[in-house]
Amino acid sequence: MSGKAWTGVRQGVLRGFKVKYFLKTMAEPRTLFEKIWDEHVVCVPPGQPPLLYIDLHLVHEVTSPQAFDGLREAGRRVRQPQRTIATVDHNIPTEPRGTPITDPIAARQIAALQKNCKDFGVPLFDMDSPEQGIVHVIGPELGLTQPGKTIVCGDSHTSTHGAFGALAFGIGTSEVEHVLATQCVPQRKPKTMLIRVSGQLGEGVTAKDLALGVIGQIGTDGATGHVIEYAGEAVRALSMEGRMTLCNMSIEAGARAAMVAPDETTFAYVKSRRFAPKDAEWEKSVAHWRGLASDPGARYNKLVEIDASTLGPFVTWGTNPGMVVPIGGRVPKLSELKTDADRQAAERMLEYMGLEAGTRMEDISVDRVFIGSCTNSRLEDLRAAARVAKGYQVNPKVRAMVVPGSQAVKRAAEREGLDKIFEQAGFEWRESGCSMCLGMNPDILQPGERCASTSNRNFEGRQGRGGRTHLVSPMMAAAAAIAGHFTDIRKWQFQ
Amino acid sequence: MQPFRVHQGKVAPLDRANVDTDQIIPKQFLKRIEKTGFGEFLFYDWRRTPDGKPNSTFSLNQPRYAGASVLVTGRNFGCGSSREHAVWALANAGFRAVIAPSFADIFANNCVQNGVLTVVLGEAEVTEIARRAEQIPDYQVTVDLEHKQVRDQGGFSATFQLDGFVRHRLLEGLDDIGLTLKHEAEIAAYETRHPAL
Repeated sequence: MSGKAWTGVRQGVLRGFKVKYFLKTMAEPRTLFEKIWDEHVVCVPPGQPPLLYIDLHLVHEVTSPQAFDGLREAGRRVRQPQRTIATVDHNIPTEPRGTPITDPIAARQIAALQKNCKDFGVPLFDMDSPEQGIVHVIGPELGLTQPGKTIVCGDSHTSTHGAFGALAFGIGTSEVEHVLATQCVPQRKPKTMLIRVSGQLGEGVTAKDLALGVIGQIGTDGATGHVIEYAGEAVRALSMEGRMTLCNMSIEAGARAAMVAPDETTFAYVKSRRFAPKDAEWEKSVAHWRGLASDPGARYNKLVEIDASTLGPFVTWGTNPGMVVPIGGRVPKLSELKTDADRQAAERMLEYMGLEAGTRMEDISVDRVFIGSCTNSRLEDLRAAARVAKGYQVNPKVRAMVVPGSQAVKRAAEREGLDKIFEQAGFEWRESGCSMCLGMNPDILQPGERCASTSNRNFEGRQGRGGRTHLVSPMMAAAAAIAGHFTDIRKWQFQ
Repeated sequence: MQPFRVHQGKVAPLDRANVDTDQIIPKQFLKRIEKTGFGEFLFYDWRRTPDGKPNSTFSLNQPRYAGASVLVTGRNFGCGSSREHAVWALANAGFRAVIAPSFADIFANNCVQNGVLTVVLGEAEVTEIARRAEQIPDYQVTVDLEHKQVRDQGGFSATFQLDGFVRHRLLEGLDDIGLTLKHEAEIAAYETRHPAL
């Protein structure tokens, strides 16, 4: 039992309910989530939600301007600038750095972040920084994301960081202001859901496919109100980048957060990174992290079992991430759907997506391919896509782009020659940023364009008004770029 | 924050489930740095045809629903992105309450921050309110947070549940940050025990 749980009692904050609370936490087996939760509760004001302390607050340009203005109006400062890190990712172009930003509103928002970080003393990895990148890519890269931490950001894909056994969740701009001012956020304790994945993912079946399989099974509100813990041999076998993809996508099932218990894979990733603890602090941290995994007998509110060996590469067909079919499958017929509401929604989706019920997925052509986003833009994703692309040419009817998740990923990929493989095959090789995931910057779909995308959302208009998004893994996206249509990566002839 | 106690207003139906925040406020409007002026961008891509003209088939464009302040819609409203701009758009457009069978977590939290009430009712009750809104001209409901009840003048009435503290905050229009800062001593004590590395 860590010394920290006793400290509260020693401090003399002895109210009956608090002593009982600590005794309870000692006796009962606890989940990974509960251990981190308990350790971060500052106090529980009577009749109010607990106050949760935030170890790391990540900030980007889109959801912060009004928060900083709120601080100014109230005459408040940022309480813990050293626990706050900012970057620009959503709005910035992926053209070569130094190209002026043509959108004046975007330029103004980026300038606002620069001014806010300067005024409030928040470190900023700006456009010209060698460490710039998508916020959920650079946090782990820099060793800021660590097991056992509470991490928030004004972005729903903050769930990504849970891959490290952190409690990481997205917040809105008002809560961003709250954390800036107090380093805490009031939070009702969510429920827990264990998703146990047995077996092994087959060749060509990736963490992205596992994520799509989960959402397809439980639905876009299947985990609402719950923190997911992923466990099981298939999850243990994932690399850190695979675990990040899995946790990243969990918000699409409505999850409050998603977590994977830290293990040797986790420690090996974090070690020696720029902001990781060093020397004696490192040893102490790892010892603490080893104790975080869920205790035997710990209980969850819900349990979902998945057999990884039954999963194949998936493609979404509709306008939410839960509408998935295996690559060998077809766009569903309306008669296959259970309720009137589902059929009505599906009719709308088919019309928007320009698809006919019963069409084979492999017969669907694509116009654009996007390999990027906080879901799938890390080095392993690029290696996998490059392996598919090597020796082939992008179909003449397709425009394909690869957007590395950060400057560090870009440099590493270039050291390995991945950029040359992509460019020789006819893919565009871009600068880092959120790019075409959400059509807020110049990388955008035209109405009616169909895109195979490694991003996380296929909502109407997500990648551009009238744009038709199909979510896939990086390998499947690269294969679609070359074939000109969706195709089963398991049958791919690697050169 | 404006308190919410008892509100009577016109109901506008949005007969869709899983309405995500990209639909509520598309991304191009997230580039703004202000907190106001989002009302005209609410459901932008549904309200307008690609050439920018009003889409007359979209329910909220119909003149009969002009001035509506209560939205009734399908389950999992507000899923997707955490953008609080979605709530600002609803609030700036005059909506004070949203009635649905369920809401996405982050969106529901964001509503509390802005004094917008999310009312969870059963599917059958939601369907009935939507039916009345579609069939009765100028249909209004009273959303009574004090008694946790939605009622109309035609005999409909339903009660809803809500977190006690959320209800208290909305009734009093309380500022979140001020409440947290009352616990400065506990926060400082926590920080002393857990210094930043």
